[in-house]
Amino acid sequence: MKGFRYLENVATLKLDQAACIGCGRCFEVCPHQVFTLAGKKASVSDRDACMECGACALNCPVKAIFVDAGVGCASGMISEWLQERKLRAPGGSCCS
Amino acid sequence: MNYMVPPGLYAIGNPAGNDPVLVTANYKMSYDLVRRSLAGRNVWLLVLETYGINVWCAAGKGTFGTGELVRRIAASGLTQVVSHRRVILPILGAPGVSASEVARRSGFSVSYATIRAEDLPEYLDGGMATRAAMRELTFTFYERLVLIPVELVLALRQIAGIGLAALLVVAVVGNPAAGISALCAWTGAALTGLVLGPLLLPWLPGRSFAFKGAEAGLLWSGAFYLLAGKDVWSGWIIAAVFLALPAISAFYTLNFTGCTPFTSRSGVKKEMRLALPVIGVALLTGIVLLLAGRFLP
Ligand code: SF4
Ligand code: SF4
Repeated sequence: MKGFRYLENVATLKLDQAACIGCGRCFEVCPHQVFTLAGKKASVSDRDACMECGACALNCPVKAIFVDAGVGCASGMISEWLQERKLRAPGGSCCS
Repeated sequence: MNYMVPPGLYAIGNPAGNDPVLVTANYKMSYDLVRRSLAGRNVWLLVLETYGINVWCAAGKGTFGTGELVRRIAASGLTQVVSHRRVILPILGAPGVSASEVARRSGFSVSYATIRAEDLPEYLDGGMATRAAMRELTFTFYERLVLIPVELVLALRQIAGIGLAALLVVAVVGNPAAGISALCAWTGAALTGLVLGPLLLPWLPGRSFAFKGAEAGLLWSGAFYLLAGKDVWSGWIIAAVFLALPAISAFYTLNFTGCTPFTSRSGVKKEMRLALPVIGVALLTGIVLLLAGRFLP
């Protein structure tokens, strides 16, 4: 995204190019222009821009994409941690 | 106020069987935006039940999702209303919807149109083609500004609670004037992290949100020093202020990662692992320094 970059070398995005059928869905749904289509295959051209929203993986018809998707929300993760350690009742996340 | 629109199929203008079907969430703001940008046209609008949450957040939760879309298509009798088999979705709904699954279960093919509702007219007029700019996210000053009131409301109780506790403790250990001062320092640092950090986001150097927040917090520490401490603070207090206040701001700006459309979960996890201990140590050291200044000559 123009003007914004987050941490490098953390995104969990993986593309299995052998499985790709070049339908272009991943390119269509990615709001950060992570993919490019060359010939009949998609390729990851900007992995560090990936925000792990999961849209590409969910929409790939042949499941050629893996990403550990989730909302990058600090307060949500803190309450998740606390819940896992039974320090806090469930409920309360970001984005609500 | 009610932020929800009843889910279901709506007609904008006077649509016929071959007019396009657009899909949105039942968050009032999304719905109004889409309606406004489509005014003067004949289109169908299928509103999904997302419990008053916007498309992006609802897609993340899965309420704007494959299941709800398939159910809503069936419940609204869409197959009898339109002759084609295509629904048009906002790009930011894609994290919740599997296009191939929707096609398999409902017979409708999914087109992801644009990120912003404002681009819908151009998309529809341009033969349903998405220009590159229509699928590019932005996060402008204004887009950040409108997020802040919600964040403020959510954090208000916490900020007030901790502020009052700081006021009492410092007033008892030190004196009432110092208590007031501590309340101001805390509130300023929290608001700096919550408001200034997000607003100045692209201009604060570095990639880590905590780091950006600490930079904003340093600005506040400097301002607070000039306002309140210039001639009265001891070296202990100055050191404490310049350590603890940036740490507080860092924490609140780090929290803003939940509102931004470009921070990955893995990135936030990594940043929290690194930043939270540093923030904790800086805060504790600040408190120790304050106590040292109070009880040591
Ligand atoms: S997870 Fe989201 S941001 Fe990352 S590549 Fe896929 S669609 Fe793009
Ligand atoms: S969505 Fe999957 S199959 Fe289609 S281009 Fe992308 S990786 Fe290839």
